[in-house]
Amino acid sequence: MTTIATSTTPQRTLLNSMRTIASNYLLRRFVKALFSIWLVTTITFFVIRAMPGNAVDVLMEELTVQGVSPDDARNQAAALMGIDLDQPLSEQYLEYLNNVVHGEFGHSYRSAGLPVTKMITKVLPWTLFSVGLALLITFVLGIPLGAIMAYKRDTWIDHLLSNLAATLDAVSPYIIGLLAILFFGIIWKLVPIMEMRGSMSSGMKPGFTLAFLADIFKHARVLLLVYVLSSIGSWMLQMKSNTVATLGEDYVTVARARGLTNRRILTAYVGRNATLPLFTRLAISVGFIVGGSVLLETLFTYQGIGYLLARSISQRDYPVMQGVFLIITISVVFANLLADYVYGWLDPRVRIVGEDN
Amino acid sequence: MHIFHEFLAGLWQESVKTFKILSRNKMGLFGFIMTILIILMSFLGPLLWPPEKSANVAEINKGSSAQHWLGTDFQGQDNLRKVINGGKDIVVIALVTGVLSMLIAVVVGSFSAFVGGRLDSLLMDFVNIWLTIPKFPLLAVLATVLALKDVITLSVLMAILDWPALARQVRSQVLSLKNREYIEAASMLDLGTPRIIFRELLPNMMSFIAISTIFEMTHAIYQQTGLVFLGIVPYSSSNWGVMISAAERRGVLFNPQAAWGILAPIAAIIIFQLALISFARSLDEVFNPRLRTSV
Repeated sequence: MTTIATSTTPQRTLLNSMRTIASNYLLRRFVKALFSIWLVTTITFFVIRAMPGNAVDVLMEELTVQGVSPDDARNQAAALMGIDLDQPLSEQYLEYLNNVVHGEFGHSYRSAGLPVTKMITKVLPWTLFSVGLALLITFVLGIPLGAIMAYKRDTWIDHLLSNLAATLDAVSPYIIGLLAILFFGIIWKLVPIMEMRGSMSSGMKPGFTLAFLADIFKHARVLLLVYVLSSIGSWMLQMKSNTVATLGEDYVTVARARGLTNRRILTAYVGRNATLPLFTRLAISVGFIVGGSVLLETLFTYQGIGYLLARSISQRDYPVMQGVFLIITISVVFANLLADYVYGWLDPRVRIVGEDN
Repeated sequence: MHIFHEFLAGLWQESVKTFKILSRNKMGLFGFIMTILIILMSFLGPLLWPPEKSANVAEINKGSSAQHWLGTDFQGQDNLRKVINGGKDIVVIALVTGVLSMLIAVVVGSFSAFVGGRLDSLLMDFVNIWLTIPKFPLLAVLATVLALKDVITLSVLMAILDWPALARQVRSQVLSLKNREYIEAASMLDLGTPRIIFRELLPNMMSFIAISTIFEMTHAIYQQTGLVFLGIVPYSSSNWGVMISAAERRGVLFNPQAAWGILAPIAAIIIFQLALISFARSLDEVFNPRLRTSV
């Protein structure tokens, strides 16, 4: 440190370039993302390993009840979780981190030693498909609706849409899902119940065939509707308030004074500036929808990652639970990172000023 | 403690004034009255209509009738009576989680804003990182491993997971208020930090605090019903969440005749959440005079 402090010129430039790297927007965000993943991984480790009544103890106890001798139970439990119980806790922790980095989450306890990674890769595409599509639909519908609310402020259409959005925002996704099944499937009989359960018809061969695509859309449509209904309310309200704020800006008044057409003002001035802050919302929305998917996929028995987490929880399949939870967290954290990058790319102010408070 | 007493007296006056303004806003008044009614029903109702002890085989899954207004469930028990008896847990969870997480958020958020500097940015970095973690899966995993037994521990766990988002909002509120002239005047008069916080700062944040607390309450209801549905929180007591998932497990969702059994608790939850939210939204108008004139 002292050599750098009493620096000569080349060292100073080195220090400066190090500072530049450290203050680099993309890098700083990346480090933060890694840190949050590390935080969750560590919490998971200590909750599952070190707390009284932790997962390993429970596993050992269950194996003992099944007639396995205590020593064997201990070894089996350790093997399933992919840890060595004879090492000190700190060693175990490092070993565990190493496994996570290499994508090794141990083996399922209930499904006859199936690797957790394999179970996850099997269900992950379904969640990516349904959650991704739902987000896209919400974004594409929510933004124009919010803008309409702002442009038609205090008319009947604004009151109608605002109340609708506030109501949808207030009611839990899980409740909306229950109501959707109850009304569409049972009371109005609009959708056959079998098409609301599972992610595709049995016997359907996956592939890029029209029949397969039609089938997965058919099975996902009510789930998609529920995702969209449960998250569109907050988008509409946010877009409305952003648009109202933008409409009051000086540059919009000036644009009007310059005689620009309404269409041009909407697309080039209001729309862009009002939509921009919503990109940070996109990230929050990913977390919200993925969190909701644990309940909704279970409700619709949709074979995604949320369903896998719920099932591993109800079966107390700790290795699977731990792996799925980490994968969910990592995906949400990286979705956030991506949204941050997109936002920084769209709005240079963020990159230059850095902090977003 | 004198200052604190004054703060409470001021709060009471403020509440009376609030109610007067609130009575002009129809949606807000409706929400407020519904909230009070639901809380009263949940705590006093069970004394008047205690839960039925035994199943009634002759009356399984009946629709609405003069005897059973909301029909009967899969055990032949009256749905209305079950709804009345199932509210207490939900109200307690909502209140404890909402108030506790807001309390932590106010302490940490205003502390962070007042201290500033490195500690402040460290705290906010932590909060921002915490916000990117999907909360519901984390709650589900923690609640499973901890094997929670009662509603209070569950509420405490939810409050511990949820406070950081609120703390960030509190901090930015305090920061914007801190530089207002009347706060600067108060600190120049050397009125002392407790007095500034309790007499000047907090009263001006009450609307924000009340609204955020209420939003957190609805969120807690969502999480609780979700955890019950996943079978994580024990079934021991009967509340709306347990009613829904018990009905769901019985295949009620696929039996049109039994729809009342699941619609009754769903309606109770929706009404409670909507009442809370419309009350919260109207509070915004109550405390913000600029919005008030436009209504």
